[in-house]
Amino acid sequence: MNFNDNKAIYLQIADRIGDDVLNGHLQTDGKIPSVREMAAEIEVNANTVARTYEYLQQSGVIYTKRGLGYFVSADARDIIVRMRRQQLMQGEMDYFFGQLRAVGITPDDLRDSYQQFLTK
Amino acid sequence: MLQISNLSFSYGKSSGELFNNFSLDLQPGNVYGLLGKNGAGKSTLIYLMTGLLTPKDGVVTLNGDNVRQRLPKTLNDLFLVPEEFDFPNISLSQFVKLNSPFYPRFSVEDMNRYLDIFEMERDARLHSLSMGQKKKVYMSFALAANTQVLIMDEPTNGLDIPSKSQFRKIVAQAMSDDKMMLFSTHQVRDIEQIIDHVVIIDHSRVLLNANLADVSSRLAFRPMRPGDQPLLTQSSPMGTLAVVPAAPGEETQPDLEMLFNATLLQPDVVNTLFAQ
Repeated sequence: MNFNDNKAIYLQIADRIGDDVLNGHLQTDGKIPSVREMAAEIEVNANTVARTYEYLQQSGVIYTKRGLGYFVSADARDIIVRMRRQQLMQGEMDYFFGQLRAVGITPDDLRDSYQQFLTK
Repeated sequence: MLQISNLSFSYGKSSGELFNNFSLDLQPGNVYGLLGKNGAGKSTLIYLMTGLLTPKDGVVTLNGDNVRQRLPKTLNDLFLVPEEFDFPNISLSQFVKLNSPFYPRFSVEDMNRYLDIFEMERDARLHSLSMGQKKKVYMSFALAANTQVLIMDEPTNGLDIPSKSQFRKIVAQAMSDDKMMLFSTHQVRDIEQIIDHVVIIDHSRVLLNANLADVSSRLAFRPMRPGDQPLLTQSSPMGTLAVVPAAPGEETQPDLEMLFNATLLQPDVVNTLFAQ
């Protein structure tokens, strides 16, 4: 795993779990690795992983069964999609739009190329 | 757990004081990275923490007992892996037989698991090993001793590229809430992801003693923006990178090298930011 991104690592790990939910590797009520297992797998401090799980639990993506571990919530997918949309619209779009303006790409150009992309 | 209180130390009268009224409290459940320039006293501090040197003033205690007394119950729970060491000319199994009784929670299973991850034989002749291999064997033994306190001086020195990654895996596995680990190092990239607490020392002072989550919430590490008032900037292929006070809600991953340089450059600014 590479940590080139500037995002705090506990959030990067959350993104990775989110990816696994979106691409179907993790199913509703599926068990996710324990804090220790995950820490060893990706070679990070266990407290960092614990922070990721706490964050995902608060967001409603995962839930805990006492003594059994962490599991994927029924509405995990919806929550992740909502969070990612928000993240895109608030942060990354700003940067993207700035780049478009800098090189003079108009909303019409953008609509055409996005529509083309969607038909791929 | 391990408490350093008002410590003073010097190597003889002619050389100046390396530590003067130095205090630091290390808590279980944390993996500490101890950072300092050459000659800042990292190794000396480690020897003082493990009772190998006598402070001129002050005391280091483990669970309330002075480590310099070297009580059996202290030594049971304290392990130091120095930067350089020698093994006797025996096999690993003989070494384990002779040394493991000193550590009540020593686990052969743990040791074998760590040796497997390091891709080391389970019973090598210790004198036939290269320096890096010796280190991997000794670290496997040290982690399997399951002491409350484990201190390693430059743990990744001499390790090849795959071993550094294996080392991180093993540490993440071996860590638990009742243990404290401390790694002193210059190779911050090697341990950046596995520590959760950073201690920066210079001129016998603790310049920074902070949880990395706390560092994330107070300082941002990112490309420089107009209007920034950076503590430190650094050129890179991506443009100028800066360490700046974090905006509310801004959370970036701390870059330990930049954190170290910023702390040494602007100790007072850092101190003020972390005192809030």
